[in-house]
Amino acid sequence: MYSSLAAAIRDAESQGKSLGVLALEVESRDQARPVADIRAALGRALVVMRGAVDQGMVGDLHSASGLVGGDAAKLRHGPPGPLAGTPFRDVLARALAVQEVNAAMGVIVAAPTAGGAGVLPAVLTGLAAARGIPDEQIITALATAGLIGAVVAERASLSGAEGGCQAETGAAAGMAAGAATEMLGGSPSQVGHAVALAQQATLGLVCDPLGGLVELPCVFRNATGAAIALAAIEMALAGITFAIPADEVIDVMGEIGREMDVRYRETAGGGLAATPTGRRLARERMVQIKRSGA
Amino acid sequence: MVSLLDIIGPVMVGPSSSHTAGACRLGLLARCLVGGTPDKARLELHGSFARTGEGHGTDKALAAGLMGFRPDDERIRTALEIAEREGLQYRFEKTTLGEELHPNSVRLTVERGQHSHVMVGSSLGAGRVFVTEIDGYPVEVHGNSHTIVLLAEDVKGSIARIAAILAEDDCNIATLRLTRKERGGDAFMVIEVDEEPGENVRDEIRKLKWVRWTHRLDKVSA
Ligand code: SF4
Repeated sequence: MYSSLAAAIRDAESQGKSLGVLALEVESRDQARPVADIRAALGRALVVMRGAVDQGMVGDLHSASGLVGGDAAKLRHGPPGPLAGTPFRDVLARALAVQEVNAAMGVIVAAPTAGGAGVLPAVLTGLAAARGIPDEQIITALATAGLIGAVVAERASLSGAEGGCQAETGAAAGMAAGAATEMLGGSPSQVGHAVALAQQATLGLVCDPLGGLVELPCVFRNATGAAIALAAIEMALAGITFAIPADEVIDVMGEIGREMDVRYRETAGGGLAATPTGRRLARERMVQIKRSGA
Repeated sequence: MVSLLDIIGPVMVGPSSSHTAGACRLGLLARCLVGGTPDKARLELHGSFARTGEGHGTDKALAAGLMGFRPDDERIRTALEIAEREGLQYRFEKTTLGEELHPNSVRLTVERGQHSHVMVGSSLGAGRVFVTEIDGYPVEVHGNSHTIVLLAEDVKGSIARIAAILAEDDCNIATLRLTRKERGGDAFMVIEVDEEPGENVRDEIRKLKWVRWTHRLDKVSA
């Protein structure tokens, strides 16, 4: 797969293809596997993504620590805010839903990781539902997202333990922003700007889960990550460009990740995990996990 | 080479690709060493596996892998109860396996019938795994392909003989790494093949006088 988004954009433009179609062809060549096979695998991922959204919306799930769960249902059925009835609110609910399923040991698609698994399905299935976009197009968008994620994996990192949350929910926001921009008719270069716009917004974001568990703030970071992706999509489709190319924004994300103190890389030694309340909750909940044998 | 399906995937039981899906895959690899569900397993958790393993279901996922469940199998949630029912005796310990080791690592000692083997592996993130040691030998196995590891006396034509056995079974060699500490010393081979090698491949290789030790590890990635 590509290790430069600029190179992929150049190839897509010169061949008159979308990045998603290009990604499928490159993957087919790399893995010696027919495109139809890869589409079928992505189609299965889409089914699992939708299943997680539906399961999480019911609101009866419990995580190992009991710290998260039930909030997706509040967005779906709870009192309205200024964005009630908009795709924005629906996308937030979907992101929480998938991540609540994840925290409860349900089945999800790690995209790129389990901790950041809510952003991409929320943005793609939410916007596709709002616009009546057929599944075949969502599947191509998943390939676009995969290409963007592969570039991040090559240039920076997709692991909170290595690069902080900017590498998980941040990367997921970049992937979702680029993929949905293309799904909604954006050109390859607009995809590049969407990725840069989303990724710049999460630079420096630390990984600081309470007790080291993928629960808090992870569930909510997926919702806010999706919100950032929506902002980037809206701007990119309006023709707004970001002067620093996506590849360079991704490089700097990797650099910041490498320099991030170990306390901010999934060790629960800093950030929200190390606040007085964070420590107290982690202590109480860990005792509970041990007792219940969960 | 990064694959699209590594990024959009794996389909897995949550909550953590490193602590749950990766742990399950390490269990699956250790299972290969004894050719089935072990009767007994000792699992020494290192680093973050020891610290946050319980809340992430690392223990359940490792046991699930040992029983042959894959990362998307919902039985992971109740794997410890299933293990008790099915007669897999497990023991988890928290330990430190050395400074240089990846923070998400485990040493698995598995026993089945007469056989007992030890494997050290790490979960690198996003569900990717890396086996660094089997029975005290340093190896590098990622579980992205079917892999054969073997230790052979340094005899001429050894590679050709192994390649012929694989070719007879219609197995295409994807990569082959040979390491040897000194001329005439034992040679360590790690062979990745495209197709799943049949049982006869292992038996044929075991029959070779100059092969001291060999194992087959399955592909555990999606
Ligand atoms: S805070 Fe850490 S564990 Fe949670 S989603 Fe972000 S990177 Fe993953």
